[in-house]
Amino acid sequence: MSEMDWLTVVMPKGRIYGDAVRLFRRAGLPVPEEDDESRKLIVPIAEASLRFILAKPADVPTYVEYGVADVGVAGKDVLLEENRDVYELLDLGIARCRMCVIGLPGGKLPIYPRVATKYPNVASRYFREHGQQVEVIKLNGSVELAPLIGLADRIVDLVETGRTLRENGLVELETMFEITSRLIANRVSYRTKYAQIRSLCDRLAKAAETAAAGGAAG
Amino acid sequence: MSKPKVFEKPVGVRDYLPHAVAKLRRIELSALDCMRRWGYEQIITPTLEYYDTVGAASTTSDRKLFKLLDHRGTTIVLRSEMTAPIARVVASLLRQAPLPLRLSYHANVFRAFDEGAGRDAEFFQTGAELVGDASAEADAEIIALAASSLQAAGVPSFSIAFGHVGFLNGLLEEKLPGRRDEQDLLKDCLLKRDFVGYRDRLRELALDGDDRRALEEVLDLRGGREVCDRALALGRSGEVRAAIRQLGEIWDVLGAYGVQHLVSVDLTMIGDFSYYTGMIFEGYASQLGFPVCSGGRYDNLLAQFGRPAPATGFALKTTRILEVVNGQAEEHQRVLILYASRSLAEALAEASRLREEGLTVVTASLRGQDDWEEAEKLAASGAEGPFEFRGRTFDRLILFGKREEEAP
Repeated sequence: MSEMDWLTVVMPKGRIYGDAVRLFRRAGLPVPEEDDESRKLIVPIAEASLRFILAKPADVPTYVEYGVADVGVAGKDVLLEENRDVYELLDLGIARCRMCVIGLPGGKLPIYPRVATKYPNVASRYFREHGQQVEVIKLNGSVELAPLIGLADRIVDLVETGRTLRENGLVELETMFEITSRLIANRVSYRTKYAQIRSLCDRLAKAAETAAAGGAAG
Repeated sequence: MSKPKVFEKPVGVRDYLPHAVAKLRRIELSALDCMRRWGYEQIITPTLEYYDTVGAASTTSDRKLFKLLDHRGTTIVLRSEMTAPIARVVASLLRQAPLPLRLSYHANVFRAFDEGAGRDAEFFQTGAELVGDASAEADAEIIALAASSLQAAGVPSFSIAFGHVGFLNGLLEEKLPGRRDEQDLLKDCLLKRDFVGYRDRLRELALDGDDRRALEEVLDLRGGREVCDRALALGRSGEVRAAIRQLGEIWDVLGAYGVQHLVSVDLTMIGDFSYYTGMIFEGYASQLGFPVCSGGRYDNLLAQFGRPAPATGFALKTTRILEVVNGQAEEHQRVLILYASRSLAEALAEASRLREEGLTVVTASLRGQDDWEEAEKLAASGAEGPFEFRGRTFDRLILFGKREEEAP
């Protein structure tokens, strides 16, 4: 197979990377660990005809939509926020968490509440669908701080264990969506490189299943 | 927003410089000429249309329409595609014209995208519509014409996948009879290409095991003619059978056109269900992340303009094709004529003569010492083959007059 026909896979840096690597390895794909990542941005794996690139999690759907990567691993949170035109092929079952509405316990909401979040599109859509008009404030981090110092009445954020919330005296008011990472594919690649994408998808599906079974047993 | 800087344009629109325009024109003219050879006649419609007519009938979602108000306060849209305007013309100005009608177009169309989405707000489409023929031959003609146009446009390698909206419509109605909301939920997942969501919804629905498996298997229905047989095993309803029969007929006609090697059947292909009524297709070029063409059958559109008629058509995404077609060499020879001011009449007469022959001719008078030195150097180096003069490339140099003749 010529290098032109290789699949280019874009992986998210950071929190999800470790989980994704374990899953790919379980599927028999020797993706490098973060440690030996060594600043290389493009990692070829000749025996599997795959080429890995690393990107900021929020950019993964963009790489895939434009076809510079054929497939990628992206959190459902990012997919909901970025709204990119890509195929969502497989629930990888990794980086499991939930998107929640969070606030201080008790307390009445003002008529026009302020909601702080890293996910402004998801937040506005959610509240609109629930018939509530809110002012969305986009923050880039430390979102939990917003209700404590009076910047916002509510926050919308990912919750994994809920520890950070408890430590800050915040409570989960509503669970909006369950979030996991997904295998996504470019519209054209999914048709022109179908056999390869299908085979990658099947291998990862099997690995995700055994991981889920193992997780239940453990 | 702050006041724009002088070099800025609104988000999503672009300028095309000479090299890109030359390429764009070649693509456009080759595609239109290809369509002409198939009997399609070109029409031009206005950039502005009424929101309530063409705007409402178009497949573009309301949010993505560019809207403005005219001086009377009526809402106007910038056309977002050409099918609805052509339907309007066919039902009004061409009302008396007997069907079938074969029409082609090349036009700029407009879409309002979210800022930062990185998509063009204005782009070019070159397309064809076949109005008044409900047969599978008509659908096959449109797919074969799309393939032929892509070839003519110079797209190096591409493939076309086609499906049928009737298959999924029929299958969902068969497995979830009368449960319209649940059907819409599933269709919505497929339309958003969200296979994970589709499988999740299926698991949540009250369905018997075989039916659920059948609906899951939809996601794998792609390949050659054999896909039709696999699809028939999943559903028995009249609508399903009719859709599959049509796909089979289209496949066979495409064989007769000699383009079967370029096409595949793909029942995961989903189009806008409120618009498309039958066959739908997309074309993909290697090395490009976006489809290069799309189209399908829309038998209900013409009725909205008061002349019910079946119709099928497609559009090439000409602006995308620009990215995959190689820039070919300029077809016309470029001649540079340099002349001393005394030889002006002679030089311009020669320029006219060469232009008549179809050559590209640029003239320049030689004024000072520097001009003459450059001209003589170019003449000495052979005056043939590509050379540069003041930043432009030429193939041939003709010099009129001599430096000595110039008045000091």
